[in-house]
Amino acid sequence: MAEELPGTDVAADAAGADPHPAAGQPLLRIEGVAKTFGTFRAVDGVSLDIKAGEFFALLGPSGCGKTTLLRMLAGFEAPDEGRILLGGKDIAQALPHERPINMMFQNYALFPHLSVRDNIAFGLKRAGMARAEIASRVAEMVALVKLEGLEKRKPDQLSGGQRQRVALARALARRPRLLLLDEPLAALDKKLRESTQDELMELQRRLGMTFIIVTHDQEEAMTMASRIGVMKAGKLAQVASPRELYEAPRSRWIAEFVGDINLFDGESKLRDGHRLIIGTRDAGALVVAEPREPVGAGKFSVAIRPEKVKLSRRGPVSEAGHEMAINRLDGVIADICYLGGTTTYKVKLDTGGMMQASVANSARLDVDAYSLNQHVVAWFTPDDCVVLPS
Amino acid sequence: MSSRRIFARPARFAAIAPYVWMVLFFLVPFGFVLKISLSQTAIAQPPYEPVFDLAAGWGAIKAAFAALSLDNFRLLASDDIYLFAYERSLAVAVTATVLLLLIGYPIAYGMARLPKRWQAVAMVLVIVPFWTSFLIRIYAWINILQHDGLLNRILLALHLVSQPVVWLSTDSAMYIGIVYSYLPFMILPLYATLAKMEPMLEEAASDLGAPRWQVFWLVTFPLSLPGVGAGVLLCFIPIVGEFVIPDLLAGSNSLMIGQTLWLEFFTNKDWPVASAAAIVLLVVLLLPLLLYERLQKRQLEQGR
Repeated sequence: MAEELPGTDVAADAAGADPHPAAGQPLLRIEGVAKTFGTFRAVDGVSLDIKAGEFFALLGPSGCGKTTLLRMLAGFEAPDEGRILLGGKDIAQALPHERPINMMFQNYALFPHLSVRDNIAFGLKRAGMARAEIASRVAEMVALVKLEGLEKRKPDQLSGGQRQRVALARALARRPRLLLLDEPLAALDKKLRESTQDELMELQRRLGMTFIIVTHDQEEAMTMASRIGVMKAGKLAQVASPRELYEAPRSRWIAEFVGDINLFDGESKLRDGHRLIIGTRDAGALVVAEPREPVGAGKFSVAIRPEKVKLSRRGPVSEAGHEMAINRLDGVIADICYLGGTTTYKVKLDTGGMMQASVANSARLDVDAYSLNQHVVAWFTPDDCVVLPS
Repeated sequence: MSSRRIFARPARFAAIAPYVWMVLFFLVPFGFVLKISLSQTAIAQPPYEPVFDLAAGWGAIKAAFAALSLDNFRLLASDDIYLFAYERSLAVAVTATVLLLLIGYPIAYGMARLPKRWQAVAMVLVIVPFWTSFLIRIYAWINILQHDGLLNRILLALHLVSQPVVWLSTDSAMYIGIVYSYLPFMILPLYATLAKMEPMLEEAASDLGAPRWQVFWLVTFPLSLPGVGAGVLLCFIPIVGEFVIPDLLAGSNSLMIGQTLWLEFFTNKDWPVASAAAIVLLVVLLLPLLLYERLQKRQLEQGR
């Protein structure tokens, strides 16, 4: 479990908040929150519980309402409907400076006229903290984000990565009960982004704080968050762990939004025990495992992640009587995309469709690689398929 | 390399053009004024001596140089009238500039917070008075402020006063005229800095626990200081030398330096003293300019 830094409790008390909400009660409860701009319903009836100590990600394409939701949590927008309960108290109409919540802004919003030290101390001074205490807290924060020696610099004398750290230190300095992060890594280059992801996770675990991050980058959300809420057109489409979101998406849209996927539209034909046979237009009859919630007849999509699709020169041998254990599709390699760790093959199926297969390059030499126009068998088990309503 | 030469000539001309302008229209006239300020009045055409006559030979020029003196500056220092005029000019300019800042800042702030479409409209509204001649607008104020003018009629109709108030030929009228005329010069630079300020900075301040007035005082205002500096200079400097507005709207019992200059020049025909007064005014006005320059430079150095 989270190992708390000494002093965390003291500071949370100073912020006027009970650091230990009653067991079982979520730290943050969002109840039917909605926000309309003109005629555009940016957030449309979102309900969500967030537990203390969680690292939660709001994921969605731009314009899905995730930033508006975050701004309502920070207090920059007031919801038109619904309640926002923090530790049981409705804060929906409270002003930003009255909330024990801090935000790390996209592009950081550092005060350009203040030094690193004064930026970090800004929130502490507003809280009326004693000078000596401010100095020690600032020093602690500077050490936490490894900015020693840069305290007197102005923001425009810092690199992008350093500015990001100042923004983080400034937001953490007041020890908020909830830290909101709006696309915190979007302005960093790829390498820096990856190392910063690790540091953010490490920091969150060590401080035992609750983080809500807004991002459009699904990989970022998957890497860092313990739970992800996917938003679409102002609504929460699915709230799940990264694994569940990836392996058991609730809709076709989520399946396509999170990672790559092969989708085949079709109709259920017959049921055989826990197996369902779905006749698809592009991939013939596919045997799939029956979903947890039983489905009736009708139109469905069968979804298979590319890395679940195996390729071989000849199909796998199945024992007599277990023909239903594996789906086999014949085809030829139509496209090869070498990505280093993996290679993505596009297979033109004899049944007419296209199928993507992602194969790990587990050997350095290319003895296992397939070449263009080579005949292959693409195969996968019924359990690797997800059945989604069309 | 030939293409480079083609571009080099206009580029070089563009680089020296401002200097040519400065020499022709500032430095040379300034030299004339400086020379006249060191001369003595004479009943002649031009009304001062000595006059440099290049044709008269080296000896005459040397004699002319020897005839130059600082007498006019001594006169300025010895006569209270001039000292008082400078004092009053500075006092009026400081008061008017403070009023302009107090009135202009909220207007500029409000403009910068309008939706983009309305900002353009507000901008036009600020500039639109310039489409009428400055002099006509001041005469219009005389009309408004006179005994049975619009202002008094409104005040009487609202029963705020029982008899007409004397506005014309008072300092109030002068301040109304100055603030009205210079307001756009205060608003525009303020608006420019406030409009380009990241609204996220104010949000960040309130997120970190600052109530509205602290957000303004700790973030918005310090970040708008370049605009404040520009607006203050744009108003303060011309107001110190202002002639038309105090002449038309203020009383005649206390003069500003612009009016004193006018009197010396046109009524007393004393070009040398008027020139000396103008030189002193220039030096007085250069001080705030240099101060502002140094402040900006220091800010830049801190920023780098």
